[in-house]
Amino acid sequence: MTTTSLGEPNGVAIAWFLGFVAITLGITWWAARRTRTANDFFAAGGNVSAVQNGFALAGDYMSAASFLGIAGLVSKSGFDGLIYSVGWLVGWPVITFLIAEPLRNLGKYTFADAVAFRLRQRPVRIAAAGSTLAVVTIYLIAQMVGAGGLIHLLFGLPYKAAITLVGAVMLLYVLFGGMIATTWVQIIKAGLLLVGATLLAVLVLSKFGWNPLELFAEARRQYGDGVLAPGDLVAQPLEVVSLGIALMFGTAGLPHILMRFYTVPDAQTARRSVAYATSLIGFFYLVTFVLGFGASVLVGRDAIKSVDKGYNMAAPLLAEVLGGTGFLGFISAVAFATILAVVAGLTLSGAAALAHDLWGHVIRRGEITEREQLRVARAATIGLALLAIVLGIVFQGQNVAFMVGLAFAIAASANFPALLLSMMWRRFTTRGAVASMVTGTVSSLLLITLSPTVWKDLLGNPEAVIPLKNPGIITVPLAFVVAIVVSLIWPEPEAAQGFTDAHDRMHLGAS
Amino acid sequence: MSEPSRDELRRLVGRRWRIGAVLTAVMMIAYFGFIFVVAFAKPTAGELVAGGRVSLGIVIGASVIVLAPVLTAIYVRWANRHYDPAVKALREKGAP
Repeated sequence: MTTTSLGEPNGVAIAWFLGFVAITLGITWWAARRTRTANDFFAAGGNVSAVQNGFALAGDYMSAASFLGIAGLVSKSGFDGLIYSVGWLVGWPVITFLIAEPLRNLGKYTFADAVAFRLRQRPVRIAAAGSTLAVVTIYLIAQMVGAGGLIHLLFGLPYKAAITLVGAVMLLYVLFGGMIATTWVQIIKAGLLLVGATLLAVLVLSKFGWNPLELFAEARRQYGDGVLAPGDLVAQPLEVVSLGIALMFGTAGLPHILMRFYTVPDAQTARRSVAYATSLIGFFYLVTFVLGFGASVLVGRDAIKSVDKGYNMAAPLLAEVLGGTGFLGFISAVAFATILAVVAGLTLSGAAALAHDLWGHVIRRGEITEREQLRVARAATIGLALLAIVLGIVFQGQNVAFMVGLAFAIAASANFPALLLSMMWRRFTTRGAVASMVTGTVSSLLLITLSPTVWKDLLGNPEAVIPLKNPGIITVPLAFVVAIVVSLIWPEPEAAQGFTDAHDRMHLGAS
Repeated sequence: MSEPSRDELRRLVGRRWRIGAVLTAVMMIAYFGFIFVVAFAKPTAGELVAGGRVSLGIVIGASVIVLAPVLTAIYVRWANRHYDPAVKALREKGAP
């Protein structure tokens, strides 16, 4: 293939995209009339079903980075992409087994509700809001910069215009429709993404007698044995293990994912919804692997690379080869919708940390009217949307790929240990929680600053201070040790007494 | 809540945490096992099987992906069948 219409205005893509925006804005209008209380705004009134939340969780999680990025990585290096796919998935069972049910019973809008349940509210809320905002901001930067670049490649829209468009549409969803609109945006996006990716995979497999093995064999014929074997990614095993720890436990600490468990009526529904999400996401990564191999064989590595050095356009190019400009347009629009949905979920969880944890519990000490809570939540949403647009523009052209790993590292070390210990360990204390969350956040930020990615590549120093690209292998154990040691040195009898109450509520339910 | 019911709840919850911990451990062993094979036994991961059409590494990786929803389904089945009815009985006996 020598020519592609990628990057030129594509009528089908624009039609699909406008259709998606029109439908989701219609839903937002409908949702806005149902958003009367803070519970509606943050938790969709707690009325979301297991299947709906399963799709919405998958929609929140399956980013354009995993769709275009992993398909691209597989098309470029074959097997190595699978290491990422597996890593992105294995955190989900951990959420089911350890987190989802007690979290649902213990909290209201944010994961800090669960951590602070029997501890002193203000210090815990401040620390949890800090780590939440760190995760949300860094994840938003990665998404926005990726969005600007991808939309430019897909539609030919200038970078800044793309960023502003994403920020503006996302703002409308969250500001007016709150969690109800965000949930439906996630569901529609997850549906479109799964349908698009599956159709594409079906078209690929139809060329290989419906047998993935023939596809792999063809890739091996074209690119040699190496395409099926581990390559450069695992040059340093410790690196892969460290990233693996961050991915596995970070998923169970992502604030926008944890927040979704409050949208369902009870713990049983929360449990079933993660099961649906895990199946959908697992299926999606298997499909993505097929797409990557399909692109390398049917489009060719050179053709993919000539369009984008990062190989991010592998899946759209594959769609064009197999289904023409129309299918390319559909897949491009799906990628755009994916970006919109993920940033909406992130923004809403940041707004909850600001309005519910910081304003509601720290400044107002829990004495706050519905009206004021909603007003502050909406102001926070506007602030975060503007921040996302500004950061997207500031970081234009920077290599932000490491930021997703950093967001997971903070979530794994700042949020996961404190959350798990608050649910399981009677002697866990306020000081232990705060020390653990602060240590997790600060040590992740510090170590990534001293890492090869930032210290050497970004800041231009000759040698990195810490040889690890992802700090998970150090920061996650460190956060656990700090939490336990501090709790043992300074016991908190009130917190231990409160555990019985928390224990009943966690397992028997709130009512 | 009465003392006998509280003991019963404690036993039930203890069982849930143990099952959760065991399943988490299985997931971790499978995942880090995959990573260790890929990182430290590269030739094994690259070994071709099925008539040279696929590598052992791909088979293991895809199996770990399939394992995640399977383990989740096992847990959900246990919780729906055993845990929920037991919790319901306890709540009816003497809700806190």
